[in-house]
Order: sequence, then C-alpha cells, then structure tokens
Amino acid sequence: MYLGKVIGTIWATRKYESTVGYKMQFVQQVNSQMKNIGDPFVALDTIGAGPGEIVYYVTSCEAVIPLDVDMAPVDASIVGIVDSIYSESL
Amino acid sequence: MILGRVIGTVWSTRKDEFLVGAKFLIVRQLDLDYMPKENFVVAVDSVGAGVGEIVLVAQGSSARQTAFTRNKPVDAVIMAIVDKLDISVKETLQESLKE
Repeated sequence: MYLGKVIGTIWATRKYESTVGYKMQFVQQVNSQMKNIGDPFVALDTIGAGPGEIVYYVTSCEAVIPLDVDMAPVDASIVGIVDSIYSESL
Repeated sequence: MILGRVIGTVWSTRKDEFLVGAKFLIVRQLDLDYMPKENFVVAVDSVGAGVGEIVLVAQGSSARQTAFTRNKPVDAVIMAIVDKLDISVKETLQESLKE
C-alpha cells in the first residue's frame, strides 16, 4: 500500500459495467514528508475520499479485492483515509 | 489507471488465437492539462472507445479482469471514457511540475 493525496475527481459515463457506482479520483503519490513522488494517476474510490485528503491505496490486481464485484479492470483503489502520521525521519 | 487519448488503431492478422476479436487502440498518455506525454500503450478496448476520445487505461494484471480479456495475454485495457476532469488541488500539481 502507498500514501497519496487526492487532487481531483474524474467523471466517466461510459465505463466498464462492474465499475459503475464507484467514484474515480486523481491521486498524487506522496512520501511520509508529503513530498510528491512520480506522476498523478486515477484510482477507484471505495471509501468516499475527497480532494485534499491524504489516503492510502492498493495497486495492481489486488485493487479489485475491496470492490463488491469479482472482476473489474481496475489497477488502483483507495482503501483508507489517513487521520495522522507519526514517522521518524528516514 | 492512466489518462490518455486514443490516437490510432492497430490491425493485426497473425496474433495469438486468444486475441481474435479484440480491438486494439493506440493510447497516448496525457498530463492533467491534456498535454500529450512521450509514452503510449496499445490497449484492448472494453467500452467502445474511438479515435480522439480521452480514456482511462488499466495496466498490468488488472487488464485481465474483464469478461473478454480473462486469462488472455493482455496487459492494458481501456476501461472508461472520460467526460470531465476536475483538479481542485492545484498546488500539488505545481509542485509536481517543478520537481
């Protein structure tokens, strides 16, 4: 799982049937100091996160596990909203 | 998933027998201002996208999670056609552009 910040929302009417009903959010990966890592990407939102929130997400095939469907072409899913982080400097 | 624009179609006669009937589209990745990036992927279409449309592409093993691509040699699939994009946290975007 990785840390990320929700930076925006994306709407799509035509999408694969099994993903209908889930919101999609643009996520920027961050490190424990909230510095950006890499490029933003789109993740399916399973918990109702909003722009500006720090979240954690799963990628790859495991991104399908938190969904209610057996199969969905999804390679990133938001699975939690971060309340606070304690981290010793790395 | 990555954001991209469909810029072309691929036709192929000799291919793996599992791929017969698949529609292959060339998708060029876009940044958040819809400016094209360098990289592109060839993706199987699962939603009926056409050339010029902005789409989302799921990559890796997740691309096999559709009814058509299940257990087939596919690593990129178009899973949504984008209507609208709203980037509300602009500072994040600017920081990422600076780096």
